Amino acid sequence: MHKIESKNVNFFYGETQALHDISLSMKENTVTALIGPSGCGKSTYLRLLNRMNDLIDNTRMEGSILIDQKDIYQKNTNVDDLRKNVGMVFQKPNPFPKTIYENVAYGLRVNGVEDKNIIEERVITSIEQVALWDEVKDKLKKSAFELSGGQQQRLCIARALAIQPSVLLMDEPTSALDPISTSKVEELVHELKKKYTIVIVTHNMQQAARVSDNTAFFYMGKLIECDKTKTIFTKPAIQQTEDYITGRFG
Amino acid sequence: MKTNFKQLKEKLIESVLMLSGAATSITVVLIVFFLFIEGAGVFNRKPIDDGYLLVVNATNKVKTLQPSQVKDVFDKKITNWNQLGGENRPIVLFRTSDITEYYTEEELGANFEHFPEKINELIQKQPGIIAFFSDKYKSDKFSGKELDIDKVKVWEFLSGEEWFPTAQPIAQMGVKPLIYGTLWVSFGAILLALPIGLAAAIYLSEIAQKRTRSLLKPLIELLAGIPSVVYGFFGLVVIVPLIQEMFHLPVGETGLAGSVVLAIMALPTIITISEDAMRNTPRAMKEASLALGASKWQTIYKVVMPYSASGITAGAILGIGRAIGETMAVLMVTGNAAVIPNTLLAPVRTIPATIAAELGEAPNGGLHYEALFALGCILFLITFGINMLVELVTNRKAHKKQ
Repeated sequence: MHKIESKNVNFFYGETQALHDISLSMKENTVTALIGPSGCGKSTYLRLLNRMNDLIDNTRMEGSILIDQKDIYQKNTNVDDLRKNVGMVFQKPNPFPKTIYENVAYGLRVNGVEDKNIIEERVITSIEQVALWDEVKDKLKKSAFELSGGQQQRLCIARALAIQPSVLLMDEPTSALDPISTSKVEELVHELKKKYTIVIVTHNMQQAARVSDNTAFFYMGKLIECDKTKTIFTKPAIQQTEDYITGRFG
Repeated sequence: MKTNFKQLKEKLIESVLMLSGAATSITVVLIVFFLFIEGAGVFNRKPIDDGYLLVVNATNKVKTLQPSQVKDVFDKKITNWNQLGGENRPIVLFRTSDITEYYTEEELGANFEHFPEKINELIQKQPGIIAFFSDKYKSDKFSGKELDIDKVKVWEFLSGEEWFPTAQPIAQMGVKPLIYGTLWVSFGAILLALPIGLAAAIYLSEIAQKRTRSLLKPLIELLAGIPSVVYGFFGLVVIVPLIQEMFHLPVGETGLAGSVVLAIMALPTIITISEDAMRNTPRAMKEASLALGASKWQTIYKVVMPYSASGITAGAILGIGRAIGETMAVLMVTGNAAVIPNTLLAPVRTIPATIAAELGEAPNGGLHYEALFALGCILFLITFGINMLVELVTNRKAHKKQ
């Protein structure tokens, strides 16, 4: 049974078609890496999964995407609830100009959690989940901007986890980080896989190989190939994939 | 040769640019300097017309009077010298025109040549007299006592509650009603304009479709380009009658009418500046909020507004600045009564409106003229303070972002 299932998805920015007939499925508690050269549509696809593309004017989507067997593009879908269930981590760390504590508590507060004890407990668990607790426990009331880039990104992951989603989307989460912070985030992905279904966009082949169970290769808005990561990186079925992975183009 | 010419050209352009900069700064400084020199002059003057005297009987113990006391005497609010620290003696008022009550035209002579002696005689005869007349009627053997009138004091100028700069014998220079009027109208304007302007800015930056915005924004900016006299005309024809009818007032020219007109005039400033600030909110911030399941309104309220708070403040303050300095429209709709307002539904008079209305009839270099310049100084200081505040707010923002 698939956690996420997209069927024949087409997506348009105005007249330009950005995605062509994408059908892709992800199982629960797996990590799927989306790879491909810049502009291939992998981020666009990722942002369809929590309807982030709704924010862009003049876009159109065809086909269907099911999460937990429910079509998220139905008219009666509650987008706020969907995004609560499908958390997202962005390319650049984007904490709010608030305290560390308030950053993590934000998602709880906007979703109507008022009980202080629950908020505090969830904030602490979420920060512990991203292995940031020891680093920030003494400065929870300080601005999130005082943290380093890598710490900020982990804080953003904690922020996404605090509202207890079941899916976590990561859009090149380590592209702005140094190697040590990157490896911390990668370890985290391994850990989080046990509880969440993760979809991660990355430009880094090694990263895809290290963290993912399945890899999907996008090129020019089309899904070229999707298989177990091991298969993709050792014996891809399609020549284009092999060319890209071995660095012959892209 | 060629390089020399090029260098010369560079130097020339540089000096022209520098000259323009210097000329502008010097002009600004000169204007402010001129304003303050003229305005300060009023505090070196007695609030009595040049060449006029206030004279009492030589036996009168009172030596000096405050401007407000003189006014009360001539308004017959004070009728006995003992109220002013003198003997118990009723006050007898005398103005030049009262002379015929005491002497016949024959006694004064055909060309009033006996006028000075007769006045002198009268002052001697009447122990309770206070006489106001021109010093050309002061005779050689004048025996009355000239009253000393205090100069206009800064504190009295600021706190005085009556503005009658052309009153005789003593001009009343209290600018409190004018300051109150200005602040009252501006405060009312900002109270009206801020919520509407903020709502419009939120709509434009966060909710409106691209096409709607590209249509609406120029329209709002156009609002800033309408001459203020047109706003005044609109206010006079539309808003004044409306207010008169709504509140069943004898006249509709009230502080509220001024506030409404000023609110409309301040809207473009508030909307454009706060909209710009809101649109500067990083997209990543908004997306982060939405991705956490926050609704559009929650995102606006919890992320966009706090992020653009300093921009919104700057817009509001600049809006107030515009309202405070605005002259024409206010002059046309506020009724211009120089009384301290206790309700927005009373006529008020603002500082700029006073200057505009009265400068034409104030004799050049006279007391009234200088008093109007002093008013200009007060206005300058208020708006200067406001601009400093904007600077402070925006600087704090820049500091915070670093």
